[in-house]
Amino acid sequence: MADLHVNLAGVTLANPLIAASGTFGFGREYGELYPLSTLGGISCKGLTLRERPGNPPPRIAETPGGMLNAVGLQNPGVESFIAHELPWLRQQGTVVIANIAGNTPEEYREMAERLSETDVDMIEMNISCPNVKQGGVQFGTTCEGVTAVTSAVRRSCKKPLMVKLSPNVSDIGEMAAAAEAAGADAVSLINTLTGMRIDIRTRRPIIRNNTGGLSGPAVFPVAVRMVWQAAQRVKIPVVGLGGISTWQDAVEMLLAGAAALQIGTVLFQDPYAPVKILEGLSRFLEEEGLSSVTELTGAVRPW
Amino acid sequence: MKAFDVRQCRILRREELVPGVFSVWVEAGELAEKAAPGQFAQIAVPGKTLRRPISICEIDKARCALRFVFQIRGEGTEILARYEEGRSWDILAPLGHGFELGDCSRKVCFVGGGIGVPPLLEAAKPFGANASAVLGFRTKAAAILLSDFERQGNRVILATDDGSAGFHGLVTGCMPEDCEAVFACGPTPMLRAVAAWAAERGVPCQISLEQRMACGVGACLGCACKLKAEDGGWRFGHVCKDGPVFRADCVLFE
Repeated sequence: MADLHVNLAGVTLANPLIAASGTFGFGREYGELYPLSTLGGISCKGLTLRERPGNPPPRIAETPGGMLNAVGLQNPGVESFIAHELPWLRQQGTVVIANIAGNTPEEYREMAERLSETDVDMIEMNISCPNVKQGGVQFGTTCEGVTAVTSAVRRSCKKPLMVKLSPNVSDIGEMAAAAEAAGADAVSLINTLTGMRIDIRTRRPIIRNNTGGLSGPAVFPVAVRMVWQAAQRVKIPVVGLGGISTWQDAVEMLLAGAAALQIGTVLFQDPYAPVKILEGLSRFLEEEGLSSVTELTGAVRPW
Repeated sequence: MKAFDVRQCRILRREELVPGVFSVWVEAGELAEKAAPGQFAQIAVPGKTLRRPISICEIDKARCALRFVFQIRGEGTEILARYEEGRSWDILAPLGHGFELGDCSRKVCFVGGGIGVPPLLEAAKPFGANASAVLGFRTKAAAILLSDFERQGNRVILATDDGSAGFHGLVTGCMPEDCEAVFACGPTPMLRAVAAWAAERGVPCQISLEQRMACGVGACLGCACKLKAEDGGWRFGHVCKDGPVFRADCVLFE
């Protein structure tokens, strides 16, 4: 059996598959179907300092090869997570990544400080949520914003810090480099691409927020390209996500430069996708005569 | 035991009840054993990112079978409707919180509108003659499942918008006054009216809601619905996990 372990900024994952934030809640639902230790890690639903009700419905629209969402960071707040979700999650035998979003750099810093006192394994900083008016994405679309919020969090964050980048930028490499320079231990990309659908009869956008974040197979090639570009610019690990649906996609994303992977939207079609992707990945490593999954990271042979 | 699971379910029987509305019985194994009235299933559509949420119409625990009655609403449901007997649907079920039936010796009223009628059939079964099924449709030609309710002993009251059969008007115009509980599913304006009807009479009412949905299990928080909060304010609950059936007095209609 080839070794599936990966090291992500000092944290050892049993395999490179992480459930993507916002698609997996705090693990309880899919935990009905298989042990959560099946996964290398779980990136929890995005947390804010205080509880957020989220956006009004409809929040979901299907698109060719994917979907739009505008959930709007509905979450119980960081303290509720620590009190009610983390103790249970901690017992599931997987790496726990807390995902945080704030309105100001100070809010991000405060959450990172609070979570540093807990036994979460890692913090993922979401500076790329397209669905909330304030916070999130405005920090993620300029180098200055990435630098400001990352360095603010870095000062108080005692956990490995991963910065989740937005694809709604002209140069993803610049953003990854800015995160690294400001002290990030890893970057994850891509968050969703901003999109829109309109009902032609009512002339209303299908999503109540008008726009939403596009995910699913439709964004996969964009994600592969951006992971490839980012991986060339930084020395810290790049976690690849965006439309991974099959084990072949997982291999492709690793080859592009990803050290670990996140999967999300595919779960809605097939809740057992992580199990199938890991089986396929293991088989592929055997067939290729590779002893470790890490040998695939960045092994693309560009023309 | 898993509360829900994915299973390849062979189609045992398929028929088109009225144009565009299909009845499908599937062999569902342990999913049927776990299912309760008012719950739903998420059915995968090849080539589509999202499963289609379809309510469970009948549960045959002896044969481990589930019945779905659904309308072609778009490409996804059209693909599902084309599946012939012998082929299999990929089903994630049973999902959500169904009807709480309580004491079946009470006189109760099931109120359905259009394609909201199917999830009431299984729920009305144990009430037999104690249940009135007030079923509203656009027109006579769109009416479905009337004989199914009659066969299980329920008293059927038909209403049509155009008066082509039964009572001419809204379901709230022909709901029996002597009922002790109401269970409803249908379009939002109907649910609002039924909830108001029940509230005026102090009769407990449960309603089944619909919303655009992604995961179906409570993980993605996509299918939000506005609920009254304990502190007098409101909060967003989720149709897939908190519902689809809610106490009507907990739902805030927009």
